[in-house]
Amino acid sequence: MRDKTMTPEEAVGRLRSGMTIGIGGWGARRKPMALVRALLRSDITDLTVVSYGGPDVGLLAAAGKVRKLVSAFATLDSIPLEPHFTAARQRGAFELVELDEAMFMWGLTAAVHRLPFMPIRAGLASDVMRVNPQLRTVRSPYDDGEELAAVPALRLDAALVHLNRADVHGNGQYLGPDPYFDDLFCEAADAAYVSCERIVDTADLLKEAGPQTLLVKRAFMDGVVETPNGAHFTSCAPDYDRDEAFQRAYAQAARDPEAWRAFADRFLSGDEDAYQAAVAAFHKEEA
Amino acid sequence: MTTKATRAETCVLACAEAWRGAGEVLASPMGTIPAIGARLAKLTFSPDLLLTDGEALLIGDVPAIGAKAEVVEGWLPYRQHLALVATGRRHVMMGASQLDRHGNQNISCIGDWTRPVRQLLGVRGAPVNTLNNPTSYWVPRHSRRVFVEHVDMVCGVGYDRAAAAGPSATRYHRIAHVVTDLGAFDFETPDRTMRLRSLHPGVTVEQVAEATGFPLTIPDEVPYTREPTDAELRLIREVIDPKGTREREVPPA
Repeated sequence: MRDKTMTPEEAVGRLRSGMTIGIGGWGARRKPMALVRALLRSDITDLTVVSYGGPDVGLLAAAGKVRKLVSAFATLDSIPLEPHFTAARQRGAFELVELDEAMFMWGLTAAVHRLPFMPIRAGLASDVMRVNPQLRTVRSPYDDGEELAAVPALRLDAALVHLNRADVHGNGQYLGPDPYFDDLFCEAADAAYVSCERIVDTADLLKEAGPQTLLVKRAFMDGVVETPNGAHFTSCAPDYDRDEAFQRAYAQAARDPEAWRAFADRFLSGDEDAYQAAVAAFHKEEA
Repeated sequence: MTTKATRAETCVLACAEAWRGAGEVLASPMGTIPAIGARLAKLTFSPDLLLTDGEALLIGDVPAIGAKAEVVEGWLPYRQHLALVATGRRHVMMGASQLDRHGNQNISCIGDWTRPVRQLLGVRGAPVNTLNNPTSYWVPRHSRRVFVEHVDMVCGVGYDRAAAAGPSATRYHRIAHVVTDLGAFDFETPDRTMRLRSLHPGVTVEQVAEATGFPLTIPDEVPYTREPTDAELRLIREVIDPKGTREREVPPA
């Protein structure tokens, strides 16, 4: 079996400008931030980002890498509004495909099943249909004759997700309470890359939890990246919670261009090791 | 011996009433006072309610606000939560940045959607919620900025829009209650527009009308919102919200 381990740079090296990239996690929870940071350091741009948005969306938007965003929200959870996302929207920095949370899920599901769309009772009568004039409805062929929203498949060129554990072949495991939609992202994509807290032997995957935690299968995985603390500053339960102090500093800096330049210089100008070292120094100062 | 209920406590009670008779459904409160209300309903007149820990677990006990649950009775990750919405076995109480007289709600953005003056949360789950399970709204500061003639972006679907979209939209659509810091409202009128159901003690009809940016249906006789009983007040103050977080969401009038 293939060894698919690679560095964040190698994973991002497989991506190209103009691609449609799905990003797993939810809000400020279990986002593949180490991969997002590698993407920020690359010259890749013009992306269509598909995400239940958190700071992944904010950072990529702030860096001018997003041409189009497909999302139902962008939030930091404990801070309701993602500051870079709101600022980018207010200056018209990217195109938005605003979908309902359930429409988004069924769009991914359609892509996984290689179907053109899924019928769903959401979106009808809302302005989601108005602001997305490409959305269509479909009539049930059965006696009920119901007219439903036809959510188009959200097929992805690539997916980035972060999990607690994986083996070198790309079998990925989540140990937290929620799988989010990470397996759907991977299966809806032509190529998927998982970063993880720790790579373990295949034989050890069930040492910490039962088989139902094995969320993604190697058949859908093209790269495995070991990035301890790689979801920082989002949460990666049970390995760690969200770094609220750092998130506050992020949100504060994001509200002012000069403060943001200083923040980016301090935390985002080097590689992942430099980032983690800067975060450790930040906490030493705070303590 | 119990002192009079504060405005926040009356709001808790009004929110709790939204889940009276709801049966074995998930109470999904958004905001502090609705969360206290849902817990009060479960501890009193709606014991069958399901509650979550705010993340992926259904909890079997009723912890205080901010405390950890000790009993887990089920698993409800986001994808199952979205599926549960479609089954209808949920009554959500959402927030609203804007709300119109037909019950159309906006949490997405203020101004023109193509380039908003203020970007807010996004539509989140409002479209799927309103078409699939009973939906109520909580507005901690009743004002003309929230209660508008027309919302800028219809996220949660109101009665007029659902009716115009046809039977698939109306089949499971129900906007049950609106609770604010001034009163409780419903849509129990022939044309399904917002009606003043009760005034919180100390609030006048004029005050509500003044703070509302559209003509409200106001019955000839408007009762006051039921105040919590001594037992309910004790539960709110000592069991559910001993830290008094409710008073921060709605300060004393």
